[in-house]
Amino acid sequence: MRKTPLLLTLAWRNLWRHRGRTAAILFALALGVWSMVALAALSRGSLESQLKKSIDNLTGHIQLHAPAYRDDPVIEHRLSPPDAPLTEALAHPSIRAWAGRVRVPAVVASERESAGVVLLGIDPEQERKVSFIGSAITSGRYLEASDEPGLLLGRKLAEQLETELGRRVVLMSQDVNNTVADRGFRVVGIFDGEPQAIETGFVFVGRATAQQMLGMGDALSEIVVRADDRNRLEAPLAALRAAAPTLDTEPWSVVEPLLTLTEKVVNVILIVWYAIVFAAMSFGLVNTLLMAVFERTREFGLFQALGMPPRNILGQVLTESVILLGIALALGNVAAWATVRALKNGLDLSAFAEGFEMFGVSPIIYPALTATDVTAANGLVAVLGLVASLYPAWRAARHVPVEALTRV
Amino acid sequence: MTEHTVILRNVSKVYRQNAVAVQALTDINLEIPRKDFLCLSGPSGSGKSTLLNLIGGLDKPTTGEITVAGERVDQLGKGGLARLRLHKIGFVFQAYNLIPVLTARENVEFVMQLQGRSPAERGAKAREILQEVGLEGLEGRRPGELSGGQQQRVAVARAIVSEPSLVLADEPTANLDSKTAENLMQLLVHMNKEHHVTFIFSTHDRLVMDFSRRLIKLHDGRIVDDEKRGAGAVG
Ligand SMILES: Nc1ncnc2c1ncn2[C@@H]1O[C@H](COP(=O)(O)OP(=O)(O)O)[C@@H](O)[C@H]1O
Ligand SMILES: [Mg+2]
Repeated sequence: MRKTPLLLTLAWRNLWRHRGRTAAILFALALGVWSMVALAALSRGSLESQLKKSIDNLTGHIQLHAPAYRDDPVIEHRLSPPDAPLTEALAHPSIRAWAGRVRVPAVVASERESAGVVLLGIDPEQERKVSFIGSAITSGRYLEASDEPGLLLGRKLAEQLETELGRRVVLMSQDVNNTVADRGFRVVGIFDGEPQAIETGFVFVGRATAQQMLGMGDALSEIVVRADDRNRLEAPLAALRAAAPTLDTEPWSVVEPLLTLTEKVVNVILIVWYAIVFAAMSFGLVNTLLMAVFERTREFGLFQALGMPPRNILGQVLTESVILLGIALALGNVAAWATVRALKNGLDLSAFAEGFEMFGVSPIIYPALTATDVTAANGLVAVLGLVASLYPAWRAARHVPVEALTRV
Repeated sequence: MTEHTVILRNVSKVYRQNAVAVQALTDINLEIPRKDFLCLSGPSGSGKSTLLNLIGGLDKPTTGEITVAGERVDQLGKGGLARLRLHKIGFVFQAYNLIPVLTARENVEFVMQLQGRSPAERGAKAREILQEVGLEGLEGRRPGELSGGQQQRVAVARAIVSEPSLVLADEPTANLDSKTAENLMQLLVHMNKEHHVTFIFSTHDRLVMDFSRRLIKLHDGRIVDDEKRGAGAVG
């Protein structure tokens, strides 16, 4: 490595021989890096808000069910309220709150319309700590007691049913004896939710009221748990499983496989984007280096005549590439970071967002830079960029015919 | 140790281009003693450059043996040739001798740098030799900022400074006016005397030939005359 300073000097000065060309390739490379990192931040941010939304809405971090419930979420598959060991496990230090729910399919009907929904019987105080509903009421009031007769209806569903606050609706569902149970409820609160499917898909009533209507006694459909950190659930999961070995106890990633799938899709999109951008970048880089190598054939011949070993000639071209890549990575990362900073209050895509909502994607994206994404983009560009530069470098280090050297 | 810097035995070179074969050199036998100051002369196309390139290991003979500083140039591989050129041979070409992005001084230091000499030694030697070739004050200029004669002087300085056994100069004066050419030849004579280095140069310029101590005439790839002369170099 004795010759590193010499190679650096040569590479650096050669880059400035064609300022325009060097500036153009630097811009292109930096643009590529910027697009990689910025797209990663945007899609990561979008994914993150989707995850967060879903977890905050109803999913929570961990759910406990009777073994068959997740395959067939009906009233037969119910569980008893927590016994002493489970209650103790639910007090695990990394568990913040939990709630027991009745959750069964039902039909809600107004005087004019009816709709299929999921009936959620909740304990208002418990539920407030694990899901969105406690703070989602936009007119009327939240439920006050587990055994009250009121019902909470989503704004959109209220429109569809052509009903409103204060009116009565009827809920129908199958009870524990497989007969149809129905009961009238007064709409005491209207809630807003995002995505809209939350407003149309769920109605909330008091848990005791639901248990009584369905003849469940004090049984539950699910227990939902909220922990400190959605990515560190091993300890609480282990504690809960040990305390209730017969129950089906799973984290959000299993309960909502769509979320995990979305994460995978995002990863694939990013990989494809990285591949496309990288292909374009390396094409430009290799072209530029080849141009530089061809116009300096005589010089490389001179280097060889003077006794510079081929590996040093290779090294010189690679050094040029390293400098280009290094500067481009620096510029691209700074630009991406600045972009993320500038969008820290969110990038509002609602103008193009008709379709977004349907998939539960928020139209406002808060970019999130993750160390993994930044490292992946930078590592890919640096390593593969160098690999791509090997070809021009090899061309330079090849034997230069004597004529090229002595021709005047 | 051999007394000869360069020995050629039955060297021939045939260039093949497509179906056409050009016999550039035919059966060359030559021994060049140390510290010689030898001129290859002959008309254009007579094989001067080919012979110099073979001696310098820039090209391979079709047949025959070439020994430079005790090493069989015709048998060396890429790495061996690079090493031989780096330590034993200095080149001065007709033009474009210098690395454009390096200053005169950096060009002179270049070979020493490849040889792995210390910056202090390089700096001192470069300063000294540039002074010797009369370029004091121009050390910081790049080749583009030097005249043709000055560039050739830098090339001579670079060829000498690495202390080679042999300097090969292919028509070093061809791009210079006669006054500048004469000055450069005087410089080469001086270098040959002071640094005890074997010089082989080629020319078809009579004025330049007159500086040589031994004059070899080539014609159609054969040696047609080998004349020892008194002028020029040391006895
Ligand atoms: N690379 C080559 N390919 C084919 N023929 C060549 C090549 N180099 C030189 N020759 C031929 O070899 C002969 C000797 O050329 P050269 O050594 O360049 O002569 P000089 O230097 O004396 O002018 C000429 O006939 C020339 O055309
Ligand atoms: Mg010639």
